[in-house]
Amino acid sequence: MKEIRVLSATGILGSGFREETLKRAMGLKPDFIGADCGSTDPGPHHLGSGAPQFSDAACKRDLRLMLMAARAARIPVLVGSAMTAGTDAQVERLAGIAREIAREEKLNFKLATIFSEQDRGYLKKRLKEGRIKPLANAPVFDEGVIDRSSHIVGMCGAEPYIEALQNGADVVIAGRSSDTSIFAAMPVMKGFNPATVWHMAKIMECGAASVVLRKYPDCNFAIVTDDHFIIEPPNPDYRCDPASVASHNLYENSTPYELVEPSGILNTVNARYEAVSDRAVKVSGSTFKHAARYTIKLEGAELAGYQSIVLGSVRDPIILRQFDHWLENLVKAAKDRIRAVMGDSIDSQYRLDIRQFGRNAAMGVLEPDMSIGHEVGLLFQITAPTQKLANSLAKSLSHIAVHYPVPEWTGLITSVAFPYSPAEIDKGASYRFNMNHVVEPDSPLEMFRIGYEQV
Amino acid sequence: MAKLWQVTKLIRSKNSGPFELTFDIIFKERATYEKVRDAKLINAEWFGRTYRLKPEVVAIINYDAATAIKITIPRPVTSGDIDDGDVFGGQQYGPLVDLEVPA
Repeated sequence: MKEIRVLSATGILGSGFREETLKRAMGLKPDFIGADCGSTDPGPHHLGSGAPQFSDAACKRDLRLMLMAARAARIPVLVGSAMTAGTDAQVERLAGIAREIAREEKLNFKLATIFSEQDRGYLKKRLKEGRIKPLANAPVFDEGVIDRSSHIVGMCGAEPYIEALQNGADVVIAGRSSDTSIFAAMPVMKGFNPATVWHMAKIMECGAASVVLRKYPDCNFAIVTDDHFIIEPPNPDYRCDPASVASHNLYENSTPYELVEPSGILNTVNARYEAVSDRAVKVSGSTFKHAARYTIKLEGAELAGYQSIVLGSVRDPIILRQFDHWLENLVKAAKDRIRAVMGDSIDSQYRLDIRQFGRNAAMGVLEPDMSIGHEVGLLFQITAPTQKLANSLAKSLSHIAVHYPVPEWTGLITSVAFPYSPAEIDKGASYRFNMNHVVEPDSPLEMFRIGYEQV
Repeated sequence: MAKLWQVTKLIRSKNSGPFELTFDIIFKERATYEKVRDAKLINAEWFGRTYRLKPEVVAIINYDAATAIKITIPRPVTSGDIDDGDVFGGQQYGPLVDLEVPA
């Protein structure tokens, strides 16, 4: 029976896997090694600023082992969403790391780089044509959003990977990609049933996340035939069971029954999960419906401002008994002081936000329980157009806060405990995700550029 | 009766992309899952009341294959935006943990 063997090195390149597990997995004769290297999980900073989530050293460690294993076995390596956000510079950065490894380990391969950052003119044209559509809970999208974004990436499907593989690439380093496309590309190219392939890809893209108890990041392994796949973790300390594999469809997905890809929708309503041993699971029965229009999801981030923060805590029961009132007046006094220093026009140039740890710092407006314990932590956050301005405003604020009175005490009190000197901490640029939209391109390759080189 | 945490393997919250939050309640035993599912204790009205949301924005899915109940809501604040307090969306499940359920 025709089959393809898939090795997922880890859930996210740079988070690691055991060298011993990779060795064991290579013994199972994989047809390729894949790894996702990105996510929007850690927030908009990585797309906005271009800074990766993991260090170069961490990514290099993982990529070195993958490249050495793959070159020895003469199989391709596919890495997607390079260095967290998959911007062009992040693709170049990871490609640079791959070249370094090749030099150090004397490896030869054909490297394909897939760039997924989007041309502003192209997006404006598609916007005018009505071919950019909002997804659920999307913010407003217009030309201003396109202009303000520091980076906009398109999330590529399997097709650019397939194009690279068909052109003889041994190693593919791609910009932003749907996590599953990395693992679906080669099986789709070889003509396997898309339903089986996309379901396998969804489970495999998170590495060992679908095992019963994932104690540390590691590899995973799947054998795909046309009508089913069998997933069995190569680490002998790990096992999958039908519930752990089925549960993985819940992860980071608004419904476990559907997975939306550029080329269509995987439906798992009729999927079957059967144990084939005490550590391997057979999955079958999903369906895949090709979309009438091919779509590419966009991700963009823009600068929200520069921030300075002040961290402190309040322990006095007298203050805590009238906390909301005290804090409200403190904010008024701080804003008055800032106005006195900077002039009335300052009001529209900054934001003051306060997080109350011990009350609703985690849940914000969703918090049903606003009761107060014996201590409240406060994080004052100033957001302004420049770091210098944010810092000056934070200085005015912290001085008001640290001595803000309550009527029960006479004389000067010190009402907030600061753990740091200075109390003001410059946090740097803050970004925000500013789009949740898809583009309808003419072809799956139109929004992506592929470069080739012999390394 | 039991508390929800006592009959589940996992109660978690997580971003489903930067614009949505999703909650997974994964039960230990199929029998308990079916009881809770059929009692419809975890419904849009109750969830909306608990999280101070309109029930219309709360989507609830019963997932028999993993004996799990999934709840998805729009994020009140986009992940990592200026007034977001939970970039990964990972600590939003607290109010679910001690819910009384039939065991």
